[in-house]
Amino acid sequence: MNSLKIIFDWDTWQEIFGSIAKNKTRTIITVIGVLWGIFIYISLSGSAKGLDNGFERQFENIAMNSMFIWAARTSIPYSGFKVGRSPQLKIQNATTLKQQIPEIQFIAPRNAKGVFGSIPAQVVRKNKSKPYNIYGDFPVYTKIATKKIYDNGRFINDEDIKYERKVCVIGERTQLELFEPDEDPVGQYVRIDDVYFKVIGVHKFIQGGGFETDGDIFIPFETYRKLYNTGDDVDWFTIAAYDYADAVAVEKKVKQTLKRIHRVSPEDERAFGAFNIGEVFTKIMGFAKGMTFLSLVVGLATIFAGVIGIGNILMISVNERTKELGVRRALGATPGEVRMQIVLESVFLTTIAGIFGIILGSFMLAAINLFTIDKTDFPYTNPTVPIPLVLGALLIMVTLGTLIGLIPAQRAVSIKPIDALREE
Amino acid sequence: MIEIKNIYKSYKMGNSSLQVLKGINIEIAEGELVAIMGSSGSGKSTLLNILGMLDVADEGVYKLDDVLIENLDETLAAKYRNKFLGFVFQSFNLINYKSALENVALPLYYQGLNRKLRQKTALDYLEKVGLGNWSSHLPSELSGGQKQRVAIARALASQPKVLLADEPTGALDSVTSNEVMGLIQQINNEGKTILVVTHEIDIANMCKRIVTLKDGVILEDKKVKQVLIS
Ligand SMILES: Nc1ncnc2c1ncn2[C@@H]1O[C@H](COP(=O)(O)OP(=O)(O)OP(=O)(O)O)[C@@H](O)[C@H]1O
Ligand SMILES: [Mg+2]
Repeated sequence: MNSLKIIFDWDTWQEIFGSIAKNKTRTIITVIGVLWGIFIYISLSGSAKGLDNGFERQFENIAMNSMFIWAARTSIPYSGFKVGRSPQLKIQNATTLKQQIPEIQFIAPRNAKGVFGSIPAQVVRKNKSKPYNIYGDFPVYTKIATKKIYDNGRFINDEDIKYERKVCVIGERTQLELFEPDEDPVGQYVRIDDVYFKVIGVHKFIQGGGFETDGDIFIPFETYRKLYNTGDDVDWFTIAAYDYADAVAVEKKVKQTLKRIHRVSPEDERAFGAFNIGEVFTKIMGFAKGMTFLSLVVGLATIFAGVIGIGNILMISVNERTKELGVRRALGATPGEVRMQIVLESVFLTTIAGIFGIILGSFMLAAINLFTIDKTDFPYTNPTVPIPLVLGALLIMVTLGTLIGLIPAQRAVSIKPIDALREE
Repeated sequence: MIEIKNIYKSYKMGNSSLQVLKGINIEIAEGELVAIMGSSGSGKSTLLNILGMLDVADEGVYKLDDVLIENLDETLAAKYRNKFLGFVFQSFNLINYKSALENVALPLYYQGLNRKLRQKTALDYLEKVGLGNWSSHLPSELSGGQKQRVAIARALASQPKVLLADEPTGALDSVTSNEVMGLIQQINNEGKTILVVTHEIDIANMCKRIVTLKDGVILEDKKVKQVLIS
């Protein structure tokens, strides 16, 4: 009998079932060791994946490689200026930055009322009135941060900018608070600081977009400029770098360029502020990767411990069965056949344990998912273990099962049949 | 059927070595029923184990059915045992978690027979030893005599050329001993060559020839008039 034939021979498996079924307690205890290992592995790496997905979802509506840059106060006297000067970002800076820093993919100058300590605008619709934050935006902003607009509406476009249209995109909450439930706000008018604006869309609020809220109103940048008389001033730039670029390096270049334009000391670290999403994202993803790696290591170590347990139990079992194995050999079992039987027992036990562990682990993940599915603020989404990882775990177990089984198998055939038979 | 010449065997015991067999010569023809007698420690089991290829002699020639048995590795020995030899042990050595039928079928499994044929053959042999109705019983549910009969059925199932029995009645009372010897005689009458190790003269007298060992040599080798069990 060659070895392949042995594996696919139903009788081989009957022999193995027979000897495994012979001692059910032993089998169950053995199996639990490995089962526990793969269970830990599956639930840990699944959870790590869930965390990973969760973090990714937190950032899904903003470009990964993006940042905000604003002007603060200088901290170093430079070229005749005193400390504490506030450089004013200008719309022209955007063009300069884009020209000088090729890593910049999109740059969106933004103005806002209601954030960073300024007072929000009073918005009136019929007899209802409330304060909301107003943003002056270019269409390019949506290239950096996704704005989901409800059907039949749209975001600000180039025409709006060109003709300085008095149009606005309102938030879900704004709609709720200013309009009747059965009313379609698109095409209706609201009064923002005493100027009538036509509503062109309602944006769906997505968690995690920085300081934006579900009540924000977006109007064309040019209209904002007119309305609030801001001239060329810009409150901050939202910048997206190309995927290949290093966000931190781009931030540095942007600041350096701004310092040059605004005559700020190159050493002044305080003159411009930045919030670098790319950097934060990299850190968080690094953490998630670390978690994945850790769960992989812990899981594999636990599996390994379980397999060692199987080896141990098989070793004891082989010692217990010395006489039986002697009898088998007297009846014509070759050392190869005996060895194969022990190894297959080991592989069979590990595989069965592994499959049950995977099933239990999946149940565990499903349960965790059930508890966290409606918690959008909890960074945990769709915990899954990629199939290759599961198959990899199974493969590892079969391999380890084989390797560990070889030890008792070798022990089983190292005893001469005559000595095995003499055993009492 | 069996031919051995100048068989020597010693066991190492620390520094000294114990010479157990000191030049044994026997020729056994097909269909013989030979008793090997001798006091405890005289080397009966050692000789039988060498004949059974469970052990190897230090020196000497062993021919089984005109095949020279030499340069045995474990794999080859296992194949020869499976093909040529059937074993019956004093302590039965049935596998305790296998039914009588599965025990009898085991050597056939190692012969590579398919399951159906194994089951059928095993049942035939169980019936032959009068245990057709006990096929699904575990060894623990059988009496000593029944166990030994299952063991004999197992030894016969692979249709060996020679049956080697080391004190097959050693663990049995005299009534069951006689039953088992009756079975052995019956099998022998059908033509099987059988060697029985025993130290009971009554059992030896149920064979056709008695070889007596003493201190590692053959003291006596004689044909006897067989005492037949009814
Ligand atoms: N593996 C071994 N190692 C060392 N000595 C052994 C071994 N096997 C047998 N002997 C010794 O060889 C001698 C012969 O042993 P053997 O088993 O052949 O005797 P026996 O005739 O079968 O005796 P009994 O009637 O008690 O079964 C004994 O002295 C025994 O102690
Ligand atoms: Mg003996």
